Amino acid sequence: MSLIIETKDVNLYYGDFHALKGISMEMQPNTVTAFIGPSGCGKSTYLRLFNRMNDLIDAVKITGTINIDGKNVYEKGVDIVELRRKVGMVFQKPNPFPKTIFENIAYGLRVNGVGDKHFIEDRVERSLKQAALWEEVKDKLKKSAFELSGGQQQRLCIARALAIEPTILLMDEPASALDPISTSKIEELIHELKKNYTILIVTHNMQQAARVSDATAFFYLGNLVEFGTTKDIFTHPNDIKTQNYITGRFG
Amino acid sequence: MIHLEEELNVLKQETMNMWQLVIQQLQKTEEALINFDKDLASEVIANERRVNAMELKIDNDCENAFALLNPVAVDLRFVLAILKINNNLERTGDIAEGIAKFISQAKNPFETQLLEITRVREMYMHSIEMLKDILIAFDTENTKLARTLFRRDEMIDEINRNANSILVDYISKYPESTEQALNILSAIRKLERVGDQAKNIAEEIIFYVEAKVLKHTKKGLLEG
Repeated sequence: MSLIIETKDVNLYYGDFHALKGISMEMQPNTVTAFIGPSGCGKSTYLRLFNRMNDLIDAVKITGTINIDGKNVYEKGVDIVELRRKVGMVFQKPNPFPKTIFENIAYGLRVNGVGDKHFIEDRVERSLKQAALWEEVKDKLKKSAFELSGGQQQRLCIARALAIEPTILLMDEPASALDPISTSKIEELIHELKKNYTILIVTHNMQQAARVSDATAFFYLGNLVEFGTTKDIFTHPNDIKTQNYITGRFG
Repeated sequence: MIHLEEELNVLKQETMNMWQLVIQQLQKTEEALINFDKDLASEVIANERRVNAMELKIDNDCENAFALLNPVAVDLRFVLAILKINNNLERTGDIAEGIAKFISQAKNPFETQLLEITRVREMYMHSIEMLKDILIAFDTENTKLARTLFRRDEMIDEINRNANSILVDYISKYPESTEQALNILSAIRKLERVGDQAKNIAEEIIFYVEAKVLKHTKKGLLEG
């Protein structure tokens, strides 16, 4: 089951730099929410709040609440490994492990203590099918993941994220390094995956945000300028800054 | 100015050029009707080809804008509005041509009394002024001016509504002028449709500038 995600008055500082300024937003289950905005606006920083990836950066200070299904993920005692199992992430550049295709998917299961061979095999197949990659790799599961094309590697990374059955998928520009055909496959995949997952995606590609998302949030200088349905944002945004950005007049 | 803006400005200018041509076409039919100038009517008929060519060019440019420029938000609404305004202008051009055709086929000059009692010149004045003002509203994105069209169209509708009874009386008095009377009735009906086209254009301008859809709403409530 997917969960409601909400943030309330979130501020994030990198040392003295105020990177996120009072962000409040609520994202519904089984939807795709796109975060757009110019480089440095805070959208990737915001995305990384949900699996506490920002914790890895020195001198980060976070205030406000980030709730997933009503629980603040920054509360003391939260199991970060468990959180990251629930909140999967796909990065801009495909980053398969230097292992076989099969092991790339099985790895997360093994780390989580799963030892049953048949269970792992089933889950590998199911994850690859979910990521629309099974037909292309079913006969070469023992081959190195590096033998796959960039687009296939990215779908492998998505399959790897899905194998541990998260409820939320974070995607940080997942198609920006891919050709149009691979991009199209990833977008189709996002469309399919939202039936079972809640997806948050950072993208610089306006058309991609328009095509894949249900809701869009526009960030600028650490502020959430506008958040609404993608249809409204791309047909009649309320804020002139949003309009200038999506129409390419931002200067 | 970004490339997209340059392209959309070209589209805007093309639309305004077509607009001016259509207004001229309508003005010429009025002149041809009053002065029974068949040459001028023929000129209108010939110029209709230019109107059609402009329509095709604008259609094509809109298609290119969608395919190549990926317009969104106000730009998307602008191109959508242009597509529809283009269609409205082309139909207005057809109306001018229709009037020019019956002028060129008429045997005798139109009787002054007939033109006066039917208020056809008044109708011309209103419809042409509406087209001119809505052009200004489009050029300057003046939705307040665009909204005045809804009220002004009612004046044209009123003349149209009264035309039937006036012409019934006229034909009963002057049965020999039945053909002329029917031609004037046809012109009145066509000019009434010019008012409708201008009103449709006003709706498109409001949609483009304010992102409000006024179609099938009570415009009187939305004025001002």
